[in-house]
Amino acid sequence: MMRMVNGLIDWVDARLPVVNTYKKHMSEYYAPKNFNFWYYFGVLSMVVLVNQLLTGVWLTMFYSPSDGFASVEYIMRDVQWGWLIRYMHAVGASAFFAVVYIHMFRGLMYGSYKPPRELVWIFGMLIYVALMAEGFLGYVLPWGNMSYWGAQVIISLAGAIPFDVLPFIDAKDAKEIGEALTTWVRGDFMLSTATVNKFFALHVVAIPIVLLALVFLHILALHEVGSNNPDGVEIKQNKDENGIPRDGIPFHPYYTVKDLPGVIIFLMIFATVIFFFPTGGGYLIEKPNFIPANALKTPDHIAPVWYYGPYYAMLRATTLEFLGMSSKAWGLIAMAGAIVILFLVPWLDRHPVKSIRYKGLVSKIALTLFVLDFLMLGYFGTQPATGLAKTLAQIGTVYYFFFFIVLLPFGHRFEKSKPVPERVTGGH
Amino acid sequence: MKKLVAIVLISVLPALGLAAEGHDVELHKAPVNLQDKVSLQNGAKLFVNYCMGCHGLEYLRYGRMAEDLNMPEEAVAKYLNFASDKIGDPMSNAMHAEDGKAWFGNPPPDLSLEARYQGSDWVYSYLIGFYEDESRPYGYNNKVFPSVGMPNVMASLKQELGEEEFNAAMGDITNFLTYAAEPIAAKREHLGVYVLLFLAILLIPAYLLKKEYWKDVH
Repeated sequence: MMRMVNGLIDWVDARLPVVNTYKKHMSEYYAPKNFNFWYYFGVLSMVVLVNQLLTGVWLTMFYSPSDGFASVEYIMRDVQWGWLIRYMHAVGASAFFAVVYIHMFRGLMYGSYKPPRELVWIFGMLIYVALMAEGFLGYVLPWGNMSYWGAQVIISLAGAIPFDVLPFIDAKDAKEIGEALTTWVRGDFMLSTATVNKFFALHVVAIPIVLLALVFLHILALHEVGSNNPDGVEIKQNKDENGIPRDGIPFHPYYTVKDLPGVIIFLMIFATVIFFFPTGGGYLIEKPNFIPANALKTPDHIAPVWYYGPYYAMLRATTLEFLGMSSKAWGLIAMAGAIVILFLVPWLDRHPVKSIRYKGLVSKIALTLFVLDFLMLGYFGTQPATGLAKTLAQIGTVYYFFFFIVLLPFGHRFEKSKPVPERVTGGH
Repeated sequence: MKKLVAIVLISVLPALGLAAEGHDVELHKAPVNLQDKVSLQNGAKLFVNYCMGCHGLEYLRYGRMAEDLNMPEEAVAKYLNFASDKIGDPMSNAMHAEDGKAWFGNPPPDLSLEARYQGSDWVYSYLIGFYEDESRPYGYNNKVFPSVGMPNVMASLKQELGEEEFNAAMGDITNFLTYAAEPIAAKREHLGVYVLLFLAILLIPAYLLKKEYWKDVH
């Protein structure tokens, strides 16, 4: 029996690099031994991705884009366990962003994007952008009233692109181009089931393929250069006589067994939300989404889901008209710029030290303020933009860009860093 | 670094506390208890008698309601189904939207998801919020829904029961509508306890496994 199994493995392995791949990415992939709490969120992103794919497949079996609202209620009430699958998917979307945001924060904290890991960061950012598109498309599908009005706001942005900054396009042409563009995105002259059908195709086929390809590249690039760690020490620079990093341990079994309890604790939090707070007090599933899309009934307050909050706050924060462009166009530029600038982080950060542990006070305060700023913007993005909230969102927008353009490249000149150790510290 | 985490957590808490509520009027707390089958049954009876002439529950089926509220199907068919629908039919009502628009200015909305859309407290406050107002076409106005098109169909019931019992009856309707908005809610929470228990038990061997493997990592 054993001989037959071994024979089969040899037969396949002579034709496909199974054993090699397993060694390269699991049993002989050496990860630093000092990963801490923040290093769970990569694998948690994978867990949520699998959750979204599986629940998504089952939802697709019962959802109907021509009658989105009623088919979601059908799933919630008549489909066996449909309510659970739908809540897992809807709460999973928020969980995805939660773990990805923490994963990105980890990268900022320990300089995980610095050479030679720039591509790991770039692929990660592309995943994030694809995820935002996927989340938006998915939010439209239940076709509740917030789906409708949220889509209305986002699609109208296509009409705010300031084409007239180009010398050969005047204001009238720019307006026409904008209108044509929004019509093209909607697939109709107004938001309709044609739009939902289109978004459904993109949500269940196009974007998931892109996402999976990017996740594959993200991990491939990571395993090529090896993981960073909380000390920012390159473990490959200190190898033993067999060429194995002295501070490295095989990913399998060490990190597979370490990730397991982490995943279970995550699932406990995830299950608590699914079973006891599935709408998240109106933050995960907004109240106006419990009535069908209605073009004549604008919700009192059109709020994005929490994970787009920071960008929505920045979109609304700009009130100035200058250089011949409307404040809406500037808002669009601020919002797009806030995402584009994240791609440039590996080249903006000119600090000689990787990890926050050995950077000076300026870097520590700058990063803390940035996290608080991002959370504040996220909160104000979900609230009406009035009075103090608007002013704070404006200050927050300025600090967001100040952090990336000034503090990240030049902050190290105003502080004294601590010496970085030769080897990683701590083993558990 | 621990300090940083603490600061982050503290700054998130107020954001979580301020749930997105947009109501200007102060609402009464609805006496919702999805375990109280008597209240739910009474709410169903009152809903069918007082509300369903105009409002439907198009996403709730008679049979599902009978099962969830411990009511025999025959009793539901006999006492709660005036439209002689089949037991598997949705509890939609017979009023045409055009008629509703002509009579009340707007077609009476379907109430399947009302308790999730407005919140149970709003529904309860609305039901007990009617007051006399001669300037309105049907002689009544509402505290939480000013200039509402709906007449005060419960006026005679309020006279018959008196304020206290009437409020309790409206509480039962609210309870029933809360059930109707998410029929699985009670079972969902019940199941959630077992899921968490299972995960908590699974955590023990997973943690011990990790400890065992990592004991020689220094």
